[in-house]
Amino acid sequence: MNWKSEWKPLVVIVSVFLAFFYLPIGNLRFENGIIEALQLTKWYAREHVLLCLIPAFFIAGAIAVFISQASVMKYLGAKASKVTAYGVASVSGSVLAVCSCTVLPLFAGIYRMGAGLGPASAFLYSGPAINILAIILTARVLGIELGIARAVGAVVFSIVIGLLMHLIFRKEETEKAKAQMAMPEPVVYRPLWQNAIYFASMVAILVFANWGKPDESTGLWFTIYSQKWVITGLVAVLFAIILMTWFQLRWWEVVSVAALTIFFSLVFPHEPLLAFGVAVIGLSVITSRADGEVGEWFSQSWGFTRQILPLLFAGVLVAGLLLGRPAHEGLIPSQWISGSVGGNSLGANLFASIAGAFMYFATLTEVPILQGLINNGMGKGPALALLLAGPALSLPNMLVIRSVMGTKKTVVFVVLVIVMATISGMIYGANFN
Amino acid sequence: MKKIEILGTGCPKCKKLEEETRVAAYELGLKCQIEKVTDIQKITAYGVMITPALVVDGVVKVSGKVPSVNDIKNMLR
Repeated sequence: MNWKSEWKPLVVIVSVFLAFFYLPIGNLRFENGIIEALQLTKWYAREHVLLCLIPAFFIAGAIAVFISQASVMKYLGAKASKVTAYGVASVSGSVLAVCSCTVLPLFAGIYRMGAGLGPASAFLYSGPAINILAIILTARVLGIELGIARAVGAVVFSIVIGLLMHLIFRKEETEKAKAQMAMPEPVVYRPLWQNAIYFASMVAILVFANWGKPDESTGLWFTIYSQKWVITGLVAVLFAIILMTWFQLRWWEVVSVAALTIFFSLVFPHEPLLAFGVAVIGLSVITSRADGEVGEWFSQSWGFTRQILPLLFAGVLVAGLLLGRPAHEGLIPSQWISGSVGGNSLGANLFASIAGAFMYFATLTEVPILQGLINNGMGKGPALALLLAGPALSLPNMLVIRSVMGTKKTVVFVVLVIVMATISGMIYGANFN
Repeated sequence: MKKIEILGTGCPKCKKLEEETRVAAYELGLKCQIEKVTDIQKITAYGVMITPALVVDGVVKVSGKVPSVNDIKNMLR
Protein backbone atom coordinates (compact mmCIF):
# COMPACT_ATOMS: atom_id res chain seq x y z
CA MET A 1 0.00 0.00 0.00
CA ASN A 2 1.18 3.48 -0.81
CA TRP A 3 1.05 5.25 2.56
CA LYS A 4 1.90 8.63 1.08
CA SER A 5 -1.34 8.89 -0.85
CA GLU A 6 -3.56 6.69 1.29
CA TRP A 7 -3.06 8.18 4.76
CA LYS A 8 -5.71 10.87 4.32
CA PRO A 9 -8.66 8.56 3.54
CA LEU A 10 -7.45 6.26 6.31
CA VAL A 11 -7.50 9.07 8.86
CA VAL A 12 -10.99 10.10 7.71
CA ILE A 13 -12.35 6.55 7.93
CA VAL A 14 -10.80 5.90 11.35
CA SER A 15 -12.08 9.18 12.78
CA VAL A 16 -15.61 8.63 11.46
CA PHE A 17 -15.51 5.14 12.95
CA LEU A 18 -14.31 6.42 16.32
CA ALA A 19 -16.90 9.18 16.31
CA PHE A 20 -19.70 6.67 15.86
CA PHE A 21 -18.11 4.13 18.21
CA TYR A 22 -18.21 6.63 21.04
CA LEU A 23 -21.33 8.51 19.87
CA PRO A 24 -22.88 9.68 23.12
CA ILE A 25 -26.47 8.74 22.28
CA GLY A 26 -28.42 8.60 25.50
CA ASN A 27 -26.44 11.46 26.97
CA LEU A 28 -29.12 14.07 27.66
CA ARG A 29 -26.93 17.09 26.93
CA PHE A 30 -25.75 15.67 23.61
CA GLU A 31 -29.22 14.72 22.40
CA ASN A 32 -30.48 18.09 23.50
CA GLY A 33 -27.67 19.76 21.54
CA ILE A 34 -28.69 17.92 18.34
CA ILE A 35 -32.31 19.00 18.77
CA GLU A 36 -31.18 22.56 19.41
CA ALA A 37 -29.04 22.56 16.24
CA LEU A 38 -32.02 21.42 14.16
CA GLN A 39 -34.42 23.85 15.84
CA LEU A 40 -32.11 26.82 15.33
CA THR A 41 -31.53 25.94 11.68
CA LYS A 42 -35.28 25.59 11.16
CA TRP A 43 -35.78 29.02 12.73
CA TYR A 44 -33.22 30.55 10.37
CA ALA A 45 -34.77 28.82 7.38
CA ARG A 46 -38.24 30.08 8.32
CA GLU A 47 -37.46 33.58 9.52
CA HIS A 48 -34.44 34.80 7.67
CA VAL A 49 -33.92 33.19 4.28
CA LEU A 50 -36.84 34.25 2.08
CA LEU A 51 -37.52 37.78 3.24
CA CYS A 52 -34.10 38.85 4.41
CA LEU A 53 -31.20 36.90 2.90
CA ILE A 54 -32.51 36.51 -0.64
CA PRO A 55 -33.23 40.23 -1.14
CA ALA A 56 -29.86 40.93 0.51
CA PHE A 57 -28.09 38.67 -1.99
CA PHE A 58 -29.78 40.48 -4.88
CA ILE A 59 -28.65 43.82 -3.42
CA ALA A 60 -25.11 42.55 -2.93
CA GLY A 61 -25.04 41.27 -6.51
CA ALA A 62 -26.30 44.63 -7.75
CA ILE A 63 -23.61 46.46 -5.80
CA ALA A 64 -20.94 44.27 -7.37
CA VAL A 65 -22.23 44.93 -10.89
CA PHE A 66 -23.69 48.43 -10.94
CA ILE A 67 -21.37 50.33 -8.64
CA SER A 68 -18.09 50.99 -10.31
CA GLN A 69 -15.30 49.96 -7.98
CA ALA A 70 -12.84 51.93 -10.07
CA SER A 71 -14.70 55.17 -9.40
CA VAL A 72 -14.44 54.56 -5.66
CA MET A 73 -10.79 53.56 -5.82
CA LYS A 74 -9.75 56.84 -7.43
CA TYR A 75 -10.39 58.51 -4.06
CA LEU A 76 -7.89 56.10 -2.51
CA GLY A 77 -5.15 56.65 -5.05
CA ALA A 78 -1.70 58.03 -4.36
CA LYS A 79 -2.74 61.58 -5.24
CA ALA A 80 -5.98 61.67 -3.26
CA SER A 81 -6.26 64.24 -0.48
CA LYS A 82 -5.64 62.77 2.96
CA VAL A 83 -8.98 63.79 4.46
CA THR A 84 -10.96 62.32 1.58
CA ALA A 85 -8.84 59.17 1.64
CA TYR A 86 -9.57 58.47 5.31
CA GLY A 87 -13.25 59.22 4.90
CA VAL A 88 -13.65 57.07 1.80
CA ALA A 89 -11.49 54.26 3.22
CA SER A 90 -13.63 54.01 6.33
CA VAL A 91 -16.96 53.67 4.53
CA SER A 92 -16.09 52.20 1.15
CA GLY A 93 -16.05 48.67 2.55
CA SER A 94 -19.80 48.65 2.14
CA VAL A 95 -19.45 48.75 -1.64
CA LEU A 96 -15.96 47.36 -2.18
CA ALA A 97 -15.91 44.43 0.21
CA VAL A 98 -19.07 42.60 -0.74
CA CYS A 99 -17.03 39.42 -0.77
CA SER A 100 -14.56 39.01 2.06
CA CYS A 101 -11.96 37.58 -0.30
CA THR A 102 -11.50 40.95 -2.03
CA VAL A 103 -10.53 42.81 1.14
CA LEU A 104 -6.90 41.75 1.30
CA PRO A 105 -5.86 42.57 -2.30
CA LEU A 106 -7.57 45.96 -1.98
CA PHE A 107 -5.76 46.57 1.28
CA ALA A 108 -2.42 45.66 -0.27
CA GLY A 109 -3.19 47.90 -3.24
CA ILE A 110 -4.13 50.94 -1.16
CA TYR A 111 -1.04 50.45 0.97
CA ARG A 112 1.48 49.99 -1.79
CA MET A 113 0.08 51.97 -4.73
CA GLY A 114 -2.50 54.24 -3.23
CA ALA A 115 -3.09 56.52 -0.29
CA GLY A 116 -0.72 54.68 2.04
CA LEU A 117 -0.67 52.96 5.41
CA GLY A 118 -3.29 55.00 7.28
CA PRO A 119 -6.18 54.71 4.84
CA ALA A 120 -5.21 51.10 4.09
CA SER A 121 -5.46 50.20 7.78
CA ALA A 122 -8.77 52.04 8.08
CA PHE A 123 -10.11 50.08 5.12
CA LEU A 124 -8.87 46.76 6.47
CA TYR A 125 -10.60 47.34 9.80
CA SER A 126 -13.97 48.59 8.61
CA GLY A 127 -14.34 46.66 5.35
CA PRO A 128 -15.52 43.26 6.60
CA ALA A 129 -17.71 44.80 9.31
CA ILE A 130 -19.73 47.11 7.10
CA ASN A 131 -20.29 44.97 4.05
CA ILE A 132 -23.95 45.10 3.20
CA LEU A 133 -24.78 41.47 3.95
CA ALA A 134 -23.15 41.63 7.40
CA ILE A 135 -25.07 44.76 8.41
CA ILE A 136 -28.43 43.41 7.21
CA LEU A 137 -28.06 40.06 8.96
CA THR A 138 -26.66 41.58 12.17
CA ALA A 139 -29.55 44.03 12.42
CA ARG A 140 -32.12 41.35 11.62
CA VAL A 141 -30.91 38.60 13.96
CA LEU A 142 -29.14 40.46 16.77
CA GLY A 143 -31.31 43.56 16.80
CA ILE A 144 -31.18 46.91 15.04
CA GLU A 145 -29.30 48.46 17.99
CA LEU A 146 -26.30 46.15 17.71
CA GLY A 147 -26.44 46.35 13.91
CA ILE A 148 -26.08 50.14 13.99
CA ALA A 149 -23.48 50.02 16.76
CA ARG A 150 -21.45 47.62 14.67
CA ALA A 151 -21.51 49.82 11.58
CA VAL A 152 -20.88 53.09 13.43
CA GLY A 153 -18.21 51.55 15.67
CA ALA A 154 -16.41 50.09 12.68
CA VAL A 155 -16.41 53.37 10.74
CA VAL A 156 -15.36 55.63 13.63
CA PHE A 157 -12.70 53.36 15.02
CA SER A 158 -11.27 52.56 11.60
CA ILE A 159 -10.39 56.25 11.20
CA VAL A 160 -8.81 56.29 14.67
CA ILE A 161 -6.79 53.17 13.90
CA GLY A 162 -5.75 54.50 10.51
CA LEU A 163 -4.55 57.80 11.99
CA LEU A 164 -2.69 56.05 14.82
CA MET A 165 -0.97 53.69 12.37
CA HIS A 166 0.03 56.69 10.29
CA LEU A 167 1.37 58.59 13.32
CA ILE A 168 3.27 55.63 14.77
CA PHE A 169 5.00 54.86 11.49
CA ARG A 170 5.14 58.35 9.99
CA LYS A 171 8.94 58.31 9.81
CA GLU A 172 9.03 55.24 7.65
CA GLU A 173 8.56 56.33 4.09
CA THR A 174 6.83 53.51 2.36
CA GLU A 175 8.41 52.58 -0.87
CA LYS A 176 5.69 53.10 -3.42
CA ALA A 177 5.40 50.31 -5.86
CA LYS A 178 6.16 51.36 -9.38
CA ALA A 179 3.09 49.66 -10.74
CA GLN A 180 0.20 51.86 -11.69
CA MET A 181 -3.24 51.03 -10.45
CA ALA A 182 -4.79 49.06 -13.24
CA MET A 183 -8.45 49.88 -13.16
CA PRO A 184 -10.97 48.95 -15.77
CA GLU A 185 -12.60 51.97 -17.37
CA PRO A 186 -16.10 52.29 -15.96
CA VAL A 187 -18.82 51.93 -18.56
CA VAL A 188 -21.76 54.22 -17.89
CA TYR A 189 -25.12 52.82 -18.92
CA ARG A 190 -27.45 55.17 -17.05
CA PRO A 191 -27.27 58.29 -14.89
CA LEU A 192 -26.44 58.01 -11.21
CA TRP A 193 -29.92 59.02 -10.00
CA GLN A 194 -31.51 56.12 -11.85
CA ASN A 195 -29.13 53.71 -10.16
CA ALA A 196 -29.89 55.39 -6.84
CA ILE A 197 -33.66 54.88 -7.24
CA TYR A 198 -33.05 51.29 -8.30
CA PHE A 199 -31.03 50.60 -5.14
CA ALA A 200 -33.45 52.52 -2.94
CA SER A 201 -36.42 50.48 -4.16
CA MET A 202 -34.60 47.21 -3.45
CA VAL A 203 -33.67 48.38 0.04
CA ALA A 204 -37.28 49.52 0.60
CA ILE A 205 -38.57 46.06 -0.34
CA LEU A 206 -36.12 44.52 2.11
CA VAL A 207 -37.03 46.92 4.92
CA PHE A 208 -40.83 46.82 4.58
CA ALA A 209 -41.08 43.06 4.00
CA ASN A 210 -39.19 42.56 7.27
CA TRP A 211 -41.07 45.23 9.24
CA GLY A 212 -41.30 43.86 12.78
CA LYS A 213 -44.51 43.81 14.82
CA PRO A 214 -44.37 46.67 17.32
CA ASP A 215 -45.37 46.17 20.97
CA GLU A 216 -48.29 48.62 20.94
CA SER A 217 -51.20 48.27 18.53
CA THR A 218 -51.60 51.95 17.58
CA GLY A 219 -49.39 54.63 16.08
CA LEU A 220 -47.36 54.98 12.91
CA TRP A 221 -45.15 51.91 13.39
CA PHE A 222 -48.20 49.70 13.82
CA THR A 223 -49.95 51.22 10.79
CA ILE A 224 -46.89 50.47 8.70
CA TYR A 225 -46.74 46.96 10.14
CA SER A 226 -50.40 46.21 9.37
CA GLN A 227 -50.01 47.52 5.82
CA LYS A 228 -46.50 46.21 5.21
CA TRP A 229 -47.47 43.87 2.36
CA VAL A 230 -49.40 46.64 0.59
CA ILE A 231 -46.36 48.92 0.84
CA THR A 232 -43.98 46.15 -0.22
CA GLY A 233 -46.24 45.38 -3.17
CA LEU A 234 -46.34 49.02 -4.30
CA VAL A 235 -42.54 49.30 -4.10
CA ALA A 236 -42.28 46.05 -6.03
CA VAL A 237 -44.45 47.55 -8.80
CA LEU A 238 -42.11 50.54 -8.94
CA PHE A 239 -39.15 48.16 -9.06
CA ALA A 240 -40.72 46.23 -11.94
CA ILE A 241 -41.25 49.49 -13.88
CA ILE A 242 -37.60 50.45 -13.28
CA LEU A 243 -36.45 47.08 -14.58
CA MET A 244 -38.55 47.45 -17.72
CA THR A 245 -37.68 51.05 -18.58
CA TRP A 246 -34.08 51.55 -17.44
CA PHE A 247 -32.77 47.99 -17.56
CA GLN A 248 -34.48 46.93 -20.79
CA LEU A 249 -36.08 43.76 -19.47
CA ARG A 250 -38.74 42.43 -21.84
CA TRP A 251 -42.02 43.96 -20.69
CA TRP A 252 -44.12 40.84 -21.24
CA GLU A 253 -41.79 38.76 -19.05
CA VAL A 254 -41.95 41.28 -16.21
CA VAL A 255 -45.72 41.67 -16.55
CA SER A 256 -46.31 37.92 -16.46
CA VAL A 257 -44.26 37.54 -13.28
CA ALA A 258 -46.15 40.46 -11.75
CA ALA A 259 -49.47 38.91 -12.77
CA LEU A 260 -48.52 35.56 -11.22
CA THR A 261 -47.45 37.32 -8.02
CA ILE A 262 -50.71 39.26 -7.81
CA PHE A 263 -52.67 36.06 -8.52
CA PHE A 264 -50.99 34.25 -5.62
CA SER A 265 -51.40 37.19 -3.25
CA LEU A 266 -55.15 37.35 -4.03
CA VAL A 267 -55.77 33.60 -3.81
CA PHE A 268 -53.63 33.12 -0.68
CA PRO A 269 -53.88 36.49 1.08
CA HIS A 270 -52.73 35.02 4.41
CA GLU A 271 -49.62 33.42 2.96
CA PRO A 272 -47.57 36.44 1.83
CA LEU A 273 -44.44 34.26 1.68
CA LEU A 274 -45.98 32.38 -1.22
CA ALA A 275 -46.44 35.48 -3.38
CA PHE A 276 -43.00 36.75 -2.34
CA GLY A 277 -41.48 33.42 -3.33
CA VAL A 278 -43.20 33.50 -6.72
CA ALA A 279 -41.86 37.01 -7.34
CA VAL A 280 -38.32 35.98 -6.39
CA ILE A 281 -38.40 32.91 -8.62
CA GLY A 282 -39.83 34.98 -11.46
CA LEU A 283 -37.15 37.64 -11.10
CA SER A 284 -34.47 34.96 -11.02
CA VAL A 285 -35.80 33.26 -14.15
CA ILE A 286 -35.93 36.55 -16.08
CA THR A 287 -32.55 37.88 -14.97
CA SER A 288 -30.71 34.58 -15.32
CA ARG A 289 -31.76 34.35 -18.97
CA ALA A 290 -30.81 37.94 -19.81
CA ASP A 291 -27.41 38.87 -21.21
CA GLY A 292 -25.25 41.83 -20.43
CA GLU A 293 -25.36 43.64 -17.13
CA VAL A 294 -28.69 42.18 -15.98
CA GLY A 295 -27.45 38.66 -16.58
CA GLU A 296 -24.31 39.53 -14.69
CA TRP A 297 -26.42 40.91 -11.83
CA PHE A 298 -28.05 37.52 -11.44
CA SER A 299 -24.83 35.55 -11.74
CA GLN A 300 -23.17 37.75 -9.10
CA SER A 301 -26.14 37.34 -6.75
CA TRP A 302 -26.12 33.61 -7.33
CA GLY A 303 -22.35 33.57 -6.79
CA PHE A 304 -22.76 35.14 -3.35
CA THR A 305 -25.61 32.81 -2.49
CA ARG A 306 -23.67 29.72 -3.47
CA GLN A 307 -20.60 30.87 -1.64
CA ILE A 308 -22.14 32.16 1.57
CA LEU A 309 -25.36 30.24 2.25
CA PRO A 310 -23.84 26.75 2.80
CA LEU A 311 -21.24 28.19 5.17
CA LEU A 312 -23.88 30.19 7.01
CA PHE A 313 -26.08 27.16 7.55
CA ALA A 314 -23.12 25.06 8.66
CA GLY A 315 -22.35 27.85 11.13
CA VAL A 316 -25.96 27.90 12.33
CA LEU A 317 -25.90 24.13 12.91
CA VAL A 318 -22.66 24.33 14.88
CA ALA A 319 -23.86 27.34 16.87
CA GLY A 320 -27.11 25.52 17.69
CA LEU A 321 -25.27 22.36 18.72
CA LEU A 322 -22.83 24.16 20.98
CA LEU A 323 -24.91 27.06 22.25
CA GLY A 324 -28.60 26.27 21.67
CA ARG A 325 -31.57 28.46 20.83
CA PRO A 326 -32.66 31.51 22.83
CA ALA A 327 -33.46 30.41 26.39
CA HIS A 328 -32.11 26.91 25.74
CA GLU A 329 -28.74 25.36 26.36
CA GLY A 330 -26.57 23.44 23.89
CA LEU A 331 -23.45 21.37 24.57
CA ILE A 332 -21.60 24.19 26.31
CA PRO A 333 -22.97 25.04 29.77
CA SER A 334 -24.22 28.64 30.05
CA GLN A 335 -22.16 29.30 33.18
CA TRP A 336 -18.93 28.96 31.22
CA ILE A 337 -19.99 31.71 28.84
CA SER A 338 -21.53 34.10 31.36
CA GLY A 339 -18.44 33.49 33.50
CA SER A 340 -15.91 34.47 30.82
CA VAL A 341 -17.74 37.09 28.74
CA GLY A 342 -20.77 38.03 30.87
CA GLY A 343 -21.30 41.55 32.21
CA ASN A 344 -19.23 44.42 30.92
CA SER A 345 -15.94 44.16 32.75
CA LEU A 346 -12.61 45.07 31.15
CA GLY A 347 -11.63 41.40 31.33
CA ALA A 348 -14.77 40.22 29.51
CA ASN A 349 -14.36 42.82 26.73
CA LEU A 350 -10.67 42.11 26.34
CA PHE A 351 -11.23 38.36 26.24
CA ALA A 352 -13.93 38.76 23.58
CA SER A 353 -11.68 41.03 21.47
CA ILE A 354 -8.69 38.71 21.61
CA ALA A 355 -10.77 35.62 20.90
CA GLY A 356 -12.43 37.42 17.99
CA ALA A 357 -9.14 38.67 16.57
CA PHE A 358 -7.59 35.23 16.32
CA MET A 359 -10.66 33.19 15.45
CA TYR A 360 -11.61 32.72 11.81
CA PHE A 361 -15.24 33.43 10.94
CA ALA A 362 -16.50 32.48 7.51
CA THR A 363 -18.54 35.35 6.03
CA LEU A 364 -21.65 36.00 8.16
CA THR A 365 -21.20 33.03 10.51
CA GLU A 366 -20.21 35.44 13.24
CA VAL A 367 -23.92 36.29 13.52
CA PRO A 368 -25.39 32.92 14.62
CA ILE A 369 -22.38 32.24 16.83
CA LEU A 370 -22.79 35.58 18.55
CA GLN A 371 -26.52 35.06 18.88
CA GLY A 372 -25.81 31.80 20.74
CA LEU A 373 -23.26 33.46 22.98
CA ILE A 374 -25.62 36.33 23.86
CA ASN A 375 -28.40 33.88 24.71
CA ASN A 376 -26.05 32.11 27.07
CA GLY A 377 -25.27 35.24 29.00
CA MET A 378 -22.65 37.12 27.00
CA GLY A 379 -22.81 40.84 27.78
CA LYS A 380 -23.70 43.38 25.09
CA GLY A 381 -20.35 45.14 25.34
CA PRO A 382 -18.27 42.00 24.78
CA ALA A 383 -20.66 41.04 21.97
CA LEU A 384 -19.85 44.27 20.12
CA ALA A 385 -16.14 43.82 20.87
CA LEU A 386 -16.24 40.38 19.27
CA LEU A 387 -18.20 41.69 16.29
CA LEU A 388 -15.63 44.42 15.68
CA ALA A 389 -12.46 42.41 16.18
CA GLY A 390 -13.78 39.16 14.71
CA PRO A 391 -14.32 39.57 10.98
CA ALA A 392 -11.52 42.13 10.58
CA LEU A 393 -8.82 39.75 11.73
CA SER A 394 -8.07 36.07 11.88
CA LEU A 395 -4.89 34.08 12.20
CA PRO A 396 -4.70 33.26 8.47
CA ASN A 397 -5.26 36.84 7.34
CA MET A 398 -2.71 38.14 9.87
CA LEU A 399 -0.13 36.07 7.99
CA VAL A 400 -1.12 37.68 4.68
CA ILE A 401 -1.07 41.16 6.22
CA ARG A 402 2.38 40.43 7.59
CA SER A 403 3.62 39.53 4.12
CA VAL A 404 2.35 42.91 2.88
CA MET A 405 3.54 45.30 5.57
CA GLY A 406 6.00 43.42 7.74
CA THR A 407 5.92 42.00 11.26
CA LYS A 408 6.23 45.22 13.24
CA LYS A 409 3.31 47.04 11.61
CA THR A 410 1.15 43.92 11.73
CA VAL A 411 1.72 43.50 15.48
CA VAL A 412 0.88 47.15 16.09
CA PHE A 413 -2.24 46.86 13.93
CA VAL A 414 -3.46 43.73 15.75
CA VAL A 415 -2.86 45.35 19.14
CA LEU A 416 -4.70 48.51 18.04
CA VAL A 417 -7.66 46.47 16.79
CA ILE A 418 -7.88 44.57 20.07
CA VAL A 419 -7.59 47.75 22.15
CA MET A 420 -10.14 49.66 20.05
CA ALA A 421 -12.63 46.77 20.02
CA THR A 422 -12.30 46.49 23.80
CA ILE A 423 -12.87 50.22 24.30
CA SER A 424 -15.90 50.33 21.98
CA GLY A 425 -17.33 47.27 23.70
CA MET A 426 -16.99 48.94 27.10
CA ILE A 427 -18.60 52.18 25.91
CA TYR A 428 -21.48 50.33 24.26
CA GLY A 429 -21.97 47.98 27.20
CA ALA A 430 -22.02 50.84 29.68
CA ASN A 431 -24.68 52.73 27.69
CA PHE A 432 -27.02 49.97 26.55
CA ASN A 433 -27.00 47.33 29.26
CA MET B 1 3.28 30.69 -27.14
CA LYS B 2 1.14 32.95 -25.02
CA LYS B 3 1.58 33.21 -21.32
CA ILE B 4 -1.70 33.54 -19.45
CA GLU B 5 -1.87 34.33 -15.75
CA ILE B 6 -4.92 34.20 -13.49
CA LEU B 7 -4.52 36.50 -10.50
CA GLY B 8 -6.55 35.73 -7.41
CA THR B 9 -6.22 34.67 -3.82
CA GLY B 10 -8.36 31.58 -4.25
CA CYS B 11 -11.92 32.86 -4.04
CA PRO B 12 -14.67 31.11 -6.01
CA LYS B 13 -14.65 33.81 -8.70
CA CYS B 14 -10.95 33.26 -9.33
CA LYS B 15 -11.55 29.56 -9.83
CA LYS B 16 -14.37 30.33 -12.22
CA LEU B 17 -12.15 32.67 -14.24
CA GLU B 18 -9.51 29.95 -14.50
CA GLU B 19 -12.09 27.42 -15.68
CA GLU B 20 -13.53 29.77 -18.29
CA THR B 21 -10.08 30.76 -19.51
CA ARG B 22 -9.16 27.12 -20.00
CA VAL B 23 -12.37 26.57 -21.94
CA ALA B 24 -11.71 29.65 -24.08
CA ALA B 25 -8.12 28.65 -24.80
CA TYR B 26 -9.19 25.11 -25.64
CA GLU B 27 -11.94 26.27 -28.00
CA LEU B 28 -9.52 28.61 -29.76
CA GLY B 29 -6.99 25.81 -30.02
CA LEU B 30 -4.48 28.23 -28.51
CA LYS B 31 -1.00 27.14 -27.57
CA CYS B 32 -0.52 28.66 -24.17
CA GLN B 33 0.73 28.24 -20.67
CA ILE B 34 -1.83 29.00 -17.94
CA GLU B 35 -0.55 29.88 -14.53
CA LYS B 36 -2.35 30.76 -11.30
CA VAL B 37 -0.90 33.61 -9.27
CA THR B 38 -2.01 33.59 -5.64
CA ASP B 39 0.82 35.61 -4.06
CA ILE B 40 -0.60 38.96 -3.07
CA GLN B 41 2.74 40.69 -3.69
CA LYS B 42 2.82 39.56 -7.30
CA ILE B 43 -0.83 40.49 -7.76
CA THR B 44 -0.26 44.07 -6.62
CA ALA B 45 2.89 44.25 -8.72
CA TYR B 46 0.57 44.10 -11.73
CA GLY B 47 -1.40 47.00 -10.30
CA VAL B 48 -4.40 44.80 -9.72
CA MET B 49 -6.47 45.52 -6.63
CA ILE B 50 -9.74 43.84 -7.39
CA THR B 51 -9.42 40.15 -8.04
CA PRO B 52 -9.86 38.06 -10.07
CA ALA B 53 -7.79 39.38 -12.94
CA LEU B 54 -6.64 37.98 -16.25
CA VAL B 55 -3.15 38.78 -17.52
CA VAL B 56 -2.07 37.88 -21.05
CA ASP B 57 1.63 38.22 -21.89
CA GLY B 58 2.11 40.61 -18.99
CA VAL B 59 -0.85 42.88 -19.84
CA VAL B 60 -3.83 43.13 -17.48
CA LYS B 61 -6.88 42.40 -19.62
CA VAL B 62 -9.63 42.37 -17.01
CA SER B 63 -9.84 42.95 -13.28
CA GLY B 64 -12.64 42.53 -10.78
CA LYS B 65 -15.02 40.39 -12.75
CA VAL B 66 -15.41 37.15 -14.62
CA PRO B 67 -16.11 37.87 -18.29
CA SER B 68 -18.00 35.44 -20.50
CA VAL B 69 -16.07 32.80 -22.44
CA ASN B 70 -16.63 34.77 -25.66
CA ASP B 71 -15.14 37.93 -24.15
CA ILE B 72 -12.17 35.95 -22.87
CA LYS B 73 -11.61 34.56 -26.37
CA ASN B 74 -11.32 38.11 -27.71
CA MET B 75 -8.80 38.96 -25.00
CA LEU B 76 -6.71 35.90 -25.83
CA ARG B 77 -6.54 36.55 -29.57
